[in-house]
Amino acid sequence: MEACNCIEPQWPADELLMKYQYISDFFIALAYFSIPLELIYFVKKSAVFPYRWVLVQFGAFIVLCGATHLINLWTFNMHSRTVALVMTTAKVLTAVVSCATALMLVHIIPDLLSVKTRELFLKNKAAELDREMGLIRTQEETGRHVRMLTHEIRSTLDRHTILKTTLVELGRTLALEECALWMPTRTALELQLSYTLHQQNPVGHTVPIHLPVINQVFSSNHAVKISPNSPVARLRPRAGKHMPGEVVAVRVPLLHLSNFQINDWPELSTKRYALMVLMLPSDSARQWHMHELELVEVVADQVAVALSHAAILEESRRARDLLMEQNIALDLARREAETAICARNDFLAVMNHEMRTPMHAIIALSSLLQETELTPEQRLMVETILKSSNLLATLINDVLDLSRLEDGSLQLDIATFNLHSVFIEVHNLIKPIASVKKLSVTLNLAADLPVYAIGDEKRLMQTILNVVGNAVKFSKEGSIWITVFVAKSESLRDFHAADFFPVQSDNHFYLRVQVKDSGSGINPQDLPKLFTKFAQNQSLATRNSGGSGLGLAICKRFVNLMEGHIWIESEGLGKGCTANFIVKLGYPERSNESKLPFLPKMRATHVQTNFPGLKVLVMDDNGVSRSVTKGLLEHLGCDVTTVSSTDEFLQVISQEHKVVFMDVCVPGIDGYELAVQIHEKFTKRHERPVLVALTGNINKMTKESCMRVGMDGVILKPVSVEKMRSVLSELLEHRVLFEAM
Amino acid sequence: MEVGQMQRQWVDYTKSLFLEGLLDGQFLQLQQLQDESNPDFVVEVVSLFFDDSEKLLNDITRALEQPSVDFKKIGAHVHQFKGSSSSVGAQRVKNGCIPFRNFCEEQNIEGCIRCLQQLKQEYYLVKNKLETLFAMEQQIVAAGGSIPMLELSF
Repeated sequence: MEACNCIEPQWPADELLMKYQYISDFFIALAYFSIPLELIYFVKKSAVFPYRWVLVQFGAFIVLCGATHLINLWTFNMHSRTVALVMTTAKVLTAVVSCATALMLVHIIPDLLSVKTRELFLKNKAAELDREMGLIRTQEETGRHVRMLTHEIRSTLDRHTILKTTLVELGRTLALEECALWMPTRTALELQLSYTLHQQNPVGHTVPIHLPVINQVFSSNHAVKISPNSPVARLRPRAGKHMPGEVVAVRVPLLHLSNFQINDWPELSTKRYALMVLMLPSDSARQWHMHELELVEVVADQVAVALSHAAILEESRRARDLLMEQNIALDLARREAETAICARNDFLAVMNHEMRTPMHAIIALSSLLQETELTPEQRLMVETILKSSNLLATLINDVLDLSRLEDGSLQLDIATFNLHSVFIEVHNLIKPIASVKKLSVTLNLAADLPVYAIGDEKRLMQTILNVVGNAVKFSKEGSIWITVFVAKSESLRDFHAADFFPVQSDNHFYLRVQVKDSGSGINPQDLPKLFTKFAQNQSLATRNSGGSGLGLAICKRFVNLMEGHIWIESEGLGKGCTANFIVKLGYPERSNESKLPFLPKMRATHVQTNFPGLKVLVMDDNGVSRSVTKGLLEHLGCDVTTVSSTDEFLQVISQEHKVVFMDVCVPGIDGYELAVQIHEKFTKRHERPVLVALTGNINKMTKESCMRVGMDGVILKPVSVEKMRSVLSELLEHRVLFEAM
Repeated sequence: MEVGQMQRQWVDYTKSLFLEGLLDGQFLQLQQLQDESNPDFVVEVVSLFFDDSEKLLNDITRALEQPSVDFKKIGAHVHQFKGSSSSVGAQRVKNGCIPFRNFCEEQNIEGCIRCLQQLKQEYYLVKNKLETLFAMEQQIVAAGGSIPMLELSF
């Protein structure tokens, strides 16, 4: 072959192709070199990439690939063996590295893929948490709103304010367009629009209560979405073509006071509901969310409770007003009654006087007339006049007394009095009358009967006189026994009378009086009527005896006032009858000390400074003390006589002596015996002088023995002028004086 | 001595009697009872007391000397003596009677004799003092003055 030295440009027809290949290889190499650089740059920038070793491998692979392509540039022309060698080396290396990388990627790619999956998972989780967070926030907001609303609602007890506040707060919280409350009317057939948020004075829209939409709302305790076109939701004429917002309605239970059950919230027991309607703003595309509905339900319940509290308050206010009115009315009625009683009493008092005066004149003059010379017919006439007027006088007295007794305005005059002397006086009064009718009267006083008692002496005597008088009146012959004793507790317990409840106590005793006569007796059938006013036995025998029929009624009243009981027993007509009564009297020394005028309690207004001419008898065997006492009394102006022995005393004592002072602790003279003798000598109380014992002994026994024998007072020696002065004052005023010991 | 001085002396003397316990409030009462209608009331009562007491003391002495002592009678006498002494306000005499009564009830002769001695002592003492007092009063009255009123607070 010819060695052609012609370097012919080897640019055949595929020279263009060669050129393009040349350029492509160049760019590929460029790219292949720049990619790892970029990779390294960005990996250096990020801190997290975990596969650096892989990157290096990859980089190497790419670099070698690039080198290969680069070296390819020289192989288009004739190239030396070195280039071929370098090419080969490069290719070999590239093959090794790429195979290694391929093998490595088998491990790596699943890892990379799973990273992606985890990332996706985490993103989902984050989204979910975000959602839940949103939910919690809204719930918390709702809770806050509810609390605030509740606080607002419950801060007042006024019904109107509660409802108004509810609407306002709800409107604000939920950004409502309109909020309305429909209340049931009295007839419970219609719902009436009572409150709205934006209209100040809602005109009385009413809606029948039995609409289906309303029933739907009332039947569940949830907030229910209703159509904006339902009658309860159409509150004002809608202008324009706005899309009305969603409407929700909820029932508000109206609880009655009696509906409060602790366990079951009154689903079943309440019948009345109000309707609350809430409207979202129109054109807002807002929707009712669950939490908003829950809020509305909770608020409705709270409103129910607040309303019931308001109702309770109203109720109690009304009850209080009613009570006040009733109080005023009662007060007025009482005052009227009091005025009436006052008027009646005034009338009685006047009539008392007016009626009695002429009566007295008649009686007095008739008795005077009786004393003059009269013909037998005249005498008969005068006697009849006298008898009739006496009867009339008694009747007037009885009627006046009874009317006072009836209305309870009669009060007993409680004082200490001598019980024995009351009976003795009655006995003395009755004896002459009884002896005229040839009746014998026996008085039997029990030994343990207290001498002194506390009670109303006048009324007791009136009662005894009446009872004994009846016995005498209705007996034509025979005898009358009067027995007086203290009723013992055993016998008291047997009493089961309807209105008699004896109570034992240390301060009181029950006096029992029994009057038995052998007279005409009483028919057992008439016994219950005896004590009624104006009822009389109509039998002929009693017709003539007179009597107005009031006596026993009055006695019964008196006995009742003295917390006692009166009753009559009789076997029948002609068999006599027994009248019994029990009255409660007080013990004089054991009862309230303050009832007795004690010496230390000197009532200054009543103390006389001098007792001029007061006749006093002093008995004392000790000459010195006798003269001292005499001097004392004379200093006070008294007219004093002194004696030193019992006989002298009995000789000297007379009705003129008003007070007797005797020394009772003198041996040899029995002062007590003397007192008893004095009592026998002067049976009438107003004739007897006041008996006072002077003693140097301070003990209860002395005091008791003095009281027992009927002394009116006991004083401790020595006596000062002041003491004597007040003693005499007390004695002359009250006739009783027991010094505190 | 002029009246004022005598009166002061009288007051002091009386006060001393009270302070010593020989007299008590009852004596004051007696003095209060003395007025124009009864000018010698105190003297009269006290004289009566002296006579009574002499008699009583004699009786008691004689009764105690008897072979068989009648304690009841002595008791009665002592009771009388107590009564009169308390009526005039002779405090110590009255207090002396109390144990005497007890001894009488116990029938204790020694006790009674001792009490009698003491009683006699007290009695003569108070008698003496009162006689002096009355003498002073007479002097004052003779000199033209009047007996001052005693205001004693115990």
